[in-house]
Amino acid sequence: MRIALGELPDFAALAGPTLPATAPAPAVQTVVEPAGGWQWLNFRELWRHRELLFFLAWRDVKVRYKQTALGVIWAVLQPALFMVVFSVFFARLGGLSSGDVPYPLFALAGLLPWTFFATTVANGANSVIGSERLITKIYFPRLAVPFAAAGSAFVDFLVSLVLLAIVMAACGVAPSWNVFVAPVIVAVSTLAAVGLGTFLAALNVGYRDVRYVIPFLIQVGMFATPTVYLQPTGREGTAMHWLLTLNPMNGLVAAFRASLLGGPIPWAEVGVAAALSVAVFLAGCMYFRKVEDSFADVI
Amino acid sequence: MTIPAIRVEHLGKRYTLARHRDALARYKTLRESVSGGVATLARRLRGRTPEAGEEFWALKDVSFAVRPGEVVGIIGRNGAGKSTLLKVVSRITRPSTGRVVLNGRVGSLLEVGTGFHPELTGRENVYLNGSILGMSRAEIDRKFDEIVAFSEVGRFLDTPVKRYSSGMYVRLAFAVAAHLEPEILLVDEVLAVGDAAFQKKCMGRIGEIGRSGRTVLFVSHNMNAVAKLTTSALYLDGGRVAAQGPTSVVIQQYLAADGRLDPVWARPDPGNGSDLTITSVRVCNPDGRTAARFAADQGLCVEIGFTVRAEAHSQVSFRLNTNEDGTTVFSTALSDQDGERGTVFAPGRYTARCHVPAHLLVPGSYHLLVAANNLRGRQFDLIEQVLHFEVSEVGTLVTDHRLGYVAPLLKWDLETG
Repeated sequence: MRIALGELPDFAALAGPTLPATAPAPAVQTVVEPAGGWQWLNFRELWRHRELLFFLAWRDVKVRYKQTALGVIWAVLQPALFMVVFSVFFARLGGLSSGDVPYPLFALAGLLPWTFFATTVANGANSVIGSERLITKIYFPRLAVPFAAAGSAFVDFLVSLVLLAIVMAACGVAPSWNVFVAPVIVAVSTLAAVGLGTFLAALNVGYRDVRYVIPFLIQVGMFATPTVYLQPTGREGTAMHWLLTLNPMNGLVAAFRASLLGGPIPWAEVGVAAALSVAVFLAGCMYFRKVEDSFADVI
Repeated sequence: MTIPAIRVEHLGKRYTLARHRDALARYKTLRESVSGGVATLARRLRGRTPEAGEEFWALKDVSFAVRPGEVVGIIGRNGAGKSTLLKVVSRITRPSTGRVVLNGRVGSLLEVGTGFHPELTGRENVYLNGSILGMSRAEIDRKFDEIVAFSEVGRFLDTPVKRYSSGMYVRLAFAVAAHLEPEILLVDEVLAVGDAAFQKKCMGRIGEIGRSGRTVLFVSHNMNAVAKLTTSALYLDGGRVAAQGPTSVVIQQYLAADGRLDPVWARPDPGNGSDLTITSVRVCNPDGRTAARFAADQGLCVEIGFTVRAEAHSQVSFRLNTNEDGTTVFSTALSDQDGERGTVFAPGRYTARCHVPAHLLVPGSYHLLVAANNLRGRQFDLIEQVLHFEVSEVGTLVTDHRLGYVAPLLKWDLETG
């Protein structure tokens, strides 16, 4: 679809309308043509629809918290429960150590970015088929749907940060000087999560069995991101280490924890993770763009 | 020479109907695609061509142009491709051939209440729906009071929309849509819901929008509305342009072309994927034989066949409309029989038969509008403008030359003195 500036329509030639005609605005020309395979990301169009993106995310957040007395508590329940489970079964029973930071705090700091990632991917993957009526009845850049899915997960993340602050205070741990790196880590994680969510959203429209695999993938994903529950021991240079680097969240979770609680930030891993995240984002969005024209027909 | 606001060139839209697949299982699965891919490969290796699905052209070689400020009606029988045309022009779906050039901002109303969420309040839904339709937040702020006034929702504005009656829901939804101000407006007949007073208000609003110099494409079955609101019209038949030009001329051609009597209709396309799909409609004699002409002193039956894919709580109904101007003579529903607002249907195939008594209809030609509604007003399926049958005069004083829309035989008493 090309958008170009056309000439101003000749309003003078209109047969006199009874109400004042619309003020001549610069004409926007849109051409609708048969679908053609790979398309680049429509950033400008998405930017023009940024308010819609906000409203879709706002809607998700509002709906989640309406009619729930505990509302906000649900956001922190998941990471809090996992923290307890890990502390009991990994630390106490399994004997895992976490260095100079108490294990519950160690686990919670890892669970926060992971939960954000996992929720964004899950929400994103189901976002398009959940918006069936929107897709078939109105036009807007379709990427807005999986992108907006990050909204409620992000709000949950912010709320859980409060819990983290409380636990940090209780353990007497002050944020390290590297705390300003944390937002960067979160931004990179968002790219990866949105990219994967977008890819799955597109796949889910065409192939409906994908939705049943996603919860399973996320469960496996958490265990495949050992930095959430395991302290990195000097295994650098081994094959296992390089394999784990392929999972961008592995490095990002470790970096997030280090930026908040102190300890060395694994810059090499972060670099690789950033590159992978950008690649996942671009690949996910491009696949989505390739198939989005068929959504209204298939959904 | 003005640049057209809308220019459609050789537009075509093709759907592929799947064969060898259970009609109820519309969605592909990865497993099927993989095994299907292997099967196709195997077939190709054995030297046979892969099976192609059946093709269904919803639109074929449609071309027309609309000048800025024109209000164009799009008419045609059910399945002619009107809604598909609107979908392509609205950019919801891509054409298979041809192209559309639009000069101006486009707003489309294919449904009222798109994006409304039942848990949000009326106020929140106004912002959400307005944003979805393409209005900026500043614009919604500016028009907010007007929208609320138009909708007459008043003090319920801050109640969750799930508590609204279906009438309030539709009024609020239309109020937002009515304040869209794009240069090009595409309207599918969203006015089939709502009470008579509200429908008049909606028509009035569409008329205002048309007179304000905006370009409007208006799909409708109501010839009255088309005649009143539009200056030119486009008649689609079977996906092709059958006529275009000044409204009155095109309407005449449409009514004349519709001279063919048509007592049976069966769904040609795979359906819209909802849980309840209407598959056939027919009119017949009380003894069950399909017929297209009925005597005024004879009853008739309307038979509606439908398929339920997943359990559905639904109302099945139809309206009997005159061909001349689409006026509804009466509407009736399955609930007439048992007083229940809807029936819960288990998955399966059903046939609902309605018995229209003798001495009810005035001689003339009629068509039906058949609907299956969810109790919230959202529709499972809607078949507009289907069938064409006639009620003919019998030659007796009692049945012929009667005025009005119905011809009942009523009880009269006569006293002397």
